[in-house]
Amino acid sequence: MNPRRLLLILVPYGWLLALFLIPFVIVLKIALSDTAISIPPYTPLLDLAAGWEGFKSFLGQLDFENFVFLTEDDLYWKAYLSSLQIALVSTIITLIIGYPIAYAMARSAPEWRPTLMMLVILPFWTSFLIRVYAWMGILSNEGLLNQFLLWTGLISDPLTILNTKTAVYIGIVYTYLPFMILPIYATLEKLDASLLEAAEDLGCTRLSAFWLVTFPLSKSGIIAGCFLVFIPVIGEFVIPSLLGGSGTLMIGKVLWEEFFSNRDWPVASAVAVILLMILVIPIILFQRNEQKNREADQ
Amino acid sequence: MNRRFSLFNVTSLTLGFAFLYLPMIILIIYSFNASKLVTVWAGFSTRWYGELLRNEQFLDAAWVTLKVAVASSTLATVLGTMAAYVLVRGGKFMGRTLFSGMIYAPLVMPEVITGLSLLLLFISIGLDRGVFTIVLAHTTFSMCYVSVVVSARLVSFDRSLEEAALDLGCSPFDAFKSVTLPIITPAVVSGWLLAFTLSLDDLVIASFTSGPSSTTLPIKIFSAVRLGVSPEINALSTIMIGIVAIGVVTASLVSKRAILRQKREEEEGFKQ
Repeated sequence: MNPRRLLLILVPYGWLLALFLIPFVIVLKIALSDTAISIPPYTPLLDLAAGWEGFKSFLGQLDFENFVFLTEDDLYWKAYLSSLQIALVSTIITLIIGYPIAYAMARSAPEWRPTLMMLVILPFWTSFLIRVYAWMGILSNEGLLNQFLLWTGLISDPLTILNTKTAVYIGIVYTYLPFMILPIYATLEKLDASLLEAAEDLGCTRLSAFWLVTFPLSKSGIIAGCFLVFIPVIGEFVIPSLLGGSGTLMIGKVLWEEFFSNRDWPVASAVAVILLMILVIPIILFQRNEQKNREADQ
Repeated sequence: MNRRFSLFNVTSLTLGFAFLYLPMIILIIYSFNASKLVTVWAGFSTRWYGELLRNEQFLDAAWVTLKVAVASSTLATVLGTMAAYVLVRGGKFMGRTLFSGMIYAPLVMPEVITGLSLLLLFISIGLDRGVFTIVLAHTTFSMCYVSVVVSARLVSFDRSLEEAALDLGCSPFDAFKSVTLPIITPAVVSGWLLAFTLSLDDLVIASFTSGPSSTTLPIKIFSAVRLGVSPEINALSTIMIGIVAIGVVTASLVSKRAILRQKREEEEGFKQ
């Protein structure tokens, strides 16, 4: 292999190994170590200088105390389950809201499409934190939504929305909507319109043509969109802590509090390890799907 | 085709965009509220913008954020472009699957895990947390976004152009510089912009990797917002939304003009 090519591969590869892969190994190591010695400044358990002997004593010192601790306190199980549930429900809601928007974009006149596309991307460029914050003022008890509902006479007492799960759903659907719209739009836009005309010529109604032709052909976009919403939402921290109040349990928030408030690093690492294990399968499936899409494009 | 403007499509677009934009518009309107209470309208005023500009803490944090964003997005663009080139043109090499996995995984990895793992790395190698560690962290996750954007462009362009340059006696590096780079430049630029905004926006990873002397703007906003909604934050948000809107609109106008010019040149070329 010529040296230039080697260098080209080694620089980004080395960077990712050092700052992406090795950190996970360290998290795993700390999750498996004792609480007392890992509180900063903690002593490293693996003594590389001691060679094989050091490695053996490292294996001997490993313990699963932190993981046992997680199974004993039902807070953690509830947080994992609640995160999975919130991610699943909000992915479905985002799909139901996002699909018609993507569909309408793909069916609009070609000269309109770049503008519509920019309107979907623009919120993505604006700060995530600010977009979540915007809902705090709308959803609070004296907020605009309640003022509006009281004014129309639909309700007589203000609703409590902020600091509930409903607010978390609204926040997630709002901030992740572009991630659902864009991949679905990309597959729908490529769709050959003559297929639909053929379906209608062959006696399909417009609805059954949609169901038999358009929907199956947009499946790869739907899958990509669902992954792009589902996977990051599981570990979400900003939305539950600003809109969910103390009552909403999500694992990202638990990890944060374990780390910053309780300062229990080994337990925080153990929480991260289990979260990662939950995410490994959807992440691999996501990567497979992306690979398949790329091969289909070529 | 009359179907393009069917009632269903128009309704879903209108409702969809209203949902996406109304919260931000409300935020902007209320940033000009004279009242200290965010929910009560008491007339137009720019008072909160004045108070914001006198707030040293926010200004310091904004400066740190900008420095981090420029440094990390530039570094991420170089590394991300290299990674994209390796992914698309690298051929087979040992550990290729691991490499492409490491490119895609950070895109969906929860930020709390990335932040925690980087912090534990910095502590175990004894690196003091500060601007430098935030730059390292931001470069790592945004280089993956850059490489996805750039590799999409690399995949779609005609490889024979590069081969022609090589046949005509260019060294591989010269071929890259004079053929490949100009073609992928739009993707590289949008990759840089993406990395820049990701860095400006990041709260979670910066919280883990910043030190006491290096607070970024999102960290500052987050701690202010946790205490409740404040008109000063509304003003700050409006400024940030405004900058982004101007940036994106300018960028799209520039690229539209470039496309038009290219089209015109091609048409003139055909005539000759």
